Amino acid sequence: MSDTVAGLLQVGLLLLLLAACYRPLGAYLAWVFTSERHYRAEKAVYRVLGVDGDTQQSWQTYARAVLAFSAVSVLLLFGMQRAQAALPLSNGLPAVESALAFNTAASFVSNTNWQNYVPEVVMGHLVQMAGLAVQNFVSAAVGIAVAVALVRSFARSQTTLLGNFWVDLVRCCGRVLLPMAVLGTLALVAMGVVQNLSAGHHVISLVGQAQTVPGGPVASQEVIKELGTNGGGFYNANSAHPFENPSPTSNLFTNFLMLVLPVSLTRAFGLMVRDRRQGYALLAVMGTIWGLFLVGATFFETRGSGSVAAAAAGGAMEGKETRFGVWASTLWAISTTGTSTGAVNAAHDSLTPLSGGLALFHMMLGEVTPGGTGSGLYGMLVLAVLAVFVAGLMVGRTPEYLRKKITVREMKLVSLYILTTPALALVGTAIAMGLSTARSSILNPGPHGFSEVLYAFTSAANNNGSAFGGLTGNTPFFNVALGLGMLLGRFVPMILVLALAGSLAQQQPVPVTAGTLPTHRMLFVSMLVGVVLVVTGLTYFPSLTLGPLAEGL
Amino acid sequence: MSILLQKRPRPKAAYGLPAATRLRSGLFEPRMLLASLPGAVRKLDPRVMVKNPVMFVVEIGAAASTVLAVIGPTVFVWSIVVWLWLTVVFANLAEAVAEGRGKAQADTLRLARTETTARRLLADSSEEQVAASALRLGDRVVVEAGETIPGDGDVVEGVASVDESAITGESAPVIRESGGDRSAVTGGTKVLTDRIVVQITAKPGESFVDRMITLVEGASRQKTPNEIALNILLASLTIIFLLATATLPPFAHYAGSQPSLVLLVALLVCLIPTTIGALLSAIGIAGMDRLVQRNVLAMSGRAVEAAGDVNTLLLDKTGTITLGNRQAAEFIPSAGITDAQLADAAQLASLADETLEGRSIVVLAKSRYGLRERHPGELPQAHFVGFTAQTRMSGVDIGTRQVRKGAAGAVMAWVSAHGGEVDRHLASVMDAISASGGTPLLVAEREGAEARTLGAVHLKDVIKEGIRERFDEMRRMGIRTVMITGDNPLTAKAIADEAGVDDFLAEATPEEKMVLIKTEQQGGRLVAMTGDGTNDAPALAQADVGVAMNSGTSAAKEAGNMVDLDSNPTKLIEIVEIGKQLLITRGSLTTFSIANDVAKYFAILPALFAGAYPGLAALNIMRLGSAESAILSAVIFNALIIVALVPLALRGVRYRPSSASALLRRNLMVYGVGGLVAPFIGIKIIDLLISAIPGIG
Repeated sequence: MSDTVAGLLQVGLLLLLLAACYRPLGAYLAWVFTSERHYRAEKAVYRVLGVDGDTQQSWQTYARAVLAFSAVSVLLLFGMQRAQAALPLSNGLPAVESALAFNTAASFVSNTNWQNYVPEVVMGHLVQMAGLAVQNFVSAAVGIAVAVALVRSFARSQTTLLGNFWVDLVRCCGRVLLPMAVLGTLALVAMGVVQNLSAGHHVISLVGQAQTVPGGPVASQEVIKELGTNGGGFYNANSAHPFENPSPTSNLFTNFLMLVLPVSLTRAFGLMVRDRRQGYALLAVMGTIWGLFLVGATFFETRGSGSVAAAAAGGAMEGKETRFGVWASTLWAISTTGTSTGAVNAAHDSLTPLSGGLALFHMMLGEVTPGGTGSGLYGMLVLAVLAVFVAGLMVGRTPEYLRKKITVREMKLVSLYILTTPALALVGTAIAMGLSTARSSILNPGPHGFSEVLYAFTSAANNNGSAFGGLTGNTPFFNVALGLGMLLGRFVPMILVLALAGSLAQQQPVPVTAGTLPTHRMLFVSMLVGVVLVVTGLTYFPSLTLGPLAEGL
Repeated sequence: MSILLQKRPRPKAAYGLPAATRLRSGLFEPRMLLASLPGAVRKLDPRVMVKNPVMFVVEIGAAASTVLAVIGPTVFVWSIVVWLWLTVVFANLAEAVAEGRGKAQADTLRLARTETTARRLLADSSEEQVAASALRLGDRVVVEAGETIPGDGDVVEGVASVDESAITGESAPVIRESGGDRSAVTGGTKVLTDRIVVQITAKPGESFVDRMITLVEGASRQKTPNEIALNILLASLTIIFLLATATLPPFAHYAGSQPSLVLLVALLVCLIPTTIGALLSAIGIAGMDRLVQRNVLAMSGRAVEAAGDVNTLLLDKTGTITLGNRQAAEFIPSAGITDAQLADAAQLASLADETLEGRSIVVLAKSRYGLRERHPGELPQAHFVGFTAQTRMSGVDIGTRQVRKGAAGAVMAWVSAHGGEVDRHLASVMDAISASGGTPLLVAEREGAEARTLGAVHLKDVIKEGIRERFDEMRRMGIRTVMITGDNPLTAKAIADEAGVDDFLAEATPEEKMVLIKTEQQGGRLVAMTGDGTNDAPALAQADVGVAMNSGTSAAKEAGNMVDLDSNPTKLIEIVEIGKQLLITRGSLTTFSIANDVAKYFAILPALFAGAYPGLAALNIMRLGSAESAILSAVIFNALIIVALVPLALRGVRYRPSSASALLRRNLMVYGVGGLVAPFIGIKIIDLLISAIPGIG
């Protein structure tokens, strides 16, 4: 079988798997977030948390709950790392240095999972399991909760109430993520991913060198790493490590895991707003862009960098695992940058300049194709509101989306939303490029070196977490700057989204007439694709010119 | 100008102001640009510019570049500086031209507001002479033939014919009388006959004409909600591009290149949405202007925008859907009576009926049966009984013969009162007439003791020509039309079907109208209606767009948010179209403005950085002459496109009533795709032209 056929088969199989899950999982998600009944275990959790599962919250209360929960999470995670020496199951590892501990705490709570450390030599099993893995669950659930609140605001009429954050959080963890993670873990263990509490095996390698092969609860962490679009690996090599991702099968399965929730959420959205076509439309936008990027990146990778080695290997094989090859590595690179996962199975640093640029640009879109768990949906909804505003004016009416009018207040919030991430990414990169201490972290000269920094800040501000490589991130400057970038890039948009939800929920829906712009047809889908690409393209074109374009052209 | 108007040109008189002094919509002459130039330069004052954030950024950039050009002058830098300033001036020019057109109208109106003296009535019924500007609310003034009415008010005493041509452009005088729905008079209009007492209802300086002047001048123009929302988006895009440009120096420094500040300003100005930023306020002024052109006075821009959003139109049957009057179409005799007998009796009975319906009976009898119209004087022994709203009958007594014609109920009552019986056959005839949407009138006579019915006259509503097509258009636009009528449900349904309205409200009372509006609004719909009577006032106030007829009462005019000087209820449809056109123009030019940026990047970025990274020359897909000419071409294109689009901004984007999808497809193709492609061509052409200039090419 040629590489091309194998590659196409993998893409086809991935799409089939997603299509198979789309309806049932979407329906299940919609049920989870609309059901009136609490399970007994959930009631027990509410009692412990001291919340009433039947009260509904306004957007302000909802936002306060999100922020309070996340602030406590950051503090806990920071504390655990600092106290690591005293914790059990630490394999004798010392406390994590404070700037790094802040960066890691911010990273995992913001669902970014940027790792400025080598996990197997810095984090013990307890921090990994009780700290990082817990955040892998709850940070994903927080994203979904915020998205659900926004979806409810479209479905509801003349109310200030958006649901209950604690209920959404608990249900998302208990009814969605945990059961799926358990099933996924079993599947991964069957595929050969390790799962133990070993402190590491000392072995003598074939060349006679002493080596420590670290074990650990990898499979259980691996599954939520992808499912919750987290991306923080158990090992430094992430999904390129044979213990995390041993075979093409596990590779395809984990690739599927990172896409399945963001994709199915569009179905849940369609069901919750009682118009499934709207869900299909958003999925079509996400799928079209994802497909365009995949085609582009695959083209550049298979064509190779023009070197003799690449020609001999049938593609740009530098930095790629031979067991995955060019196609699966590219498919992964596009999926991980489009979902805010950030897990990698190849070195993005070694992608050909233009497909590295595509991976970078894919993140710059704001992680909406299909995006992180929840954040992809709300990000796309905000962009849809933006597109509807311009389109609505062009049909001569006050713009409306899903029967809600887009007025001054909504546009204020949307404008701030689209401003936040570019501001963080560009200003962050500019500060780093202006500081000689920061510039000294750059490994490569020229445009590639610039791409390393731009990629880091883009990854942080968009909560992706993948790294380009090359850049030495574990410095006080990058730990603090990227940590702040991740926190602001996560929670400022979330507050704006919740405020938008609050404003939309209060409106009375307007009736649909022939004068209403249909938002489920091809025309609007193409326009939204255009808005996503052009608005981000225009924002980042100058910086992309000096990075990947300068390198690749 | 809307396509509808092009199809149906209206008589000149309908266009408010005298044709000679009017600036017609859609007309744009280059010399208007020249005339507005001083105004445009005056607007460079930063205190004025700051209201338009996008262009304010351009002005700051231009000022900073000027300083740099003074320090290090080259032909290239000075060319950039000049074009940056021109960009700002062009933006101001667009606004100045729009305002200038309004000013010309305002000057015409001011002529109507010449200072008059008023004859104020004192408590003891004596008069005093005061200046019109000294009149206060509630003052009563006397106006006699030949005098000008000193202020807006209601006639409280007397009846007079008034020449309102100064306001409406309509030269035929109108009757204004105390009480009823024709009591409102406007300051500046002239009493032609008789004497009236007017109670002043407007404070000095807030009269109708005053409001009209401020409106067309755009002086008190407040931004509408959609305009504010769009401004926010534009400001946010400006900040994004400011960030994209401001972060470039450290990036470029690492690449070993150092773009000068002038170049960065040029890049910034090309990227921020200057096209729409420059034209936004002109679009708003021109939109109001288009309403004034159609003799509609909107009290707020908000109402104009709401008109574009309207879901339900409440239209009065009479005057909007049907011609103002019903006409006799047929005589249907009772058993034993000939058609000619009936026609003769009907004509006789209608001679004293001055209503249009009555006249139409006389005319029909004449045209169909050759019955010459007789005049009251020809029948000396006859005693005529005129038509009144109370009796709802008219007739004539000739000796012992009494002939009556009138509303079915009234005539039936008359017949039974005089011992007669209504022909049973006639009852079914009347039902049939009603079912077909007509109104049956009965004709009866009494010769001696017993009265008998002679037959029925079929009065028909005449549906206005082309109105059905209009309603079809409305339906395509997603607007529901509801006909309001005092007719019974049967009649109403027949007319509704014939005219093609979606729904109707029969036997409508003001209360029912109000209930209908509230129900529609509860469903999230926006309602527009027209009205003229005092009893319409609550509904006009409740409706999202309430258009009061200028012929109506001041209560109605006060309650509505628009006044139609032509008192033409069909105008509502045009108002909706103007509202939509206003939004479409804004949206389309925004799309155009943003789409333009793609080409500008391809012009400027390779010019800035191909020195540091030669590979980037591949981005120069337009193959522009040199770095300098590329940057200058982009800046020049950016400035010229503003001037090029001024006529479009003033005229409004072409609007054809159609579905939202069709509109979006068209505008997206023209302004989205067109906006993407046009600058590639434009910049290339400019580059070819300026490459010849030494120091640039």
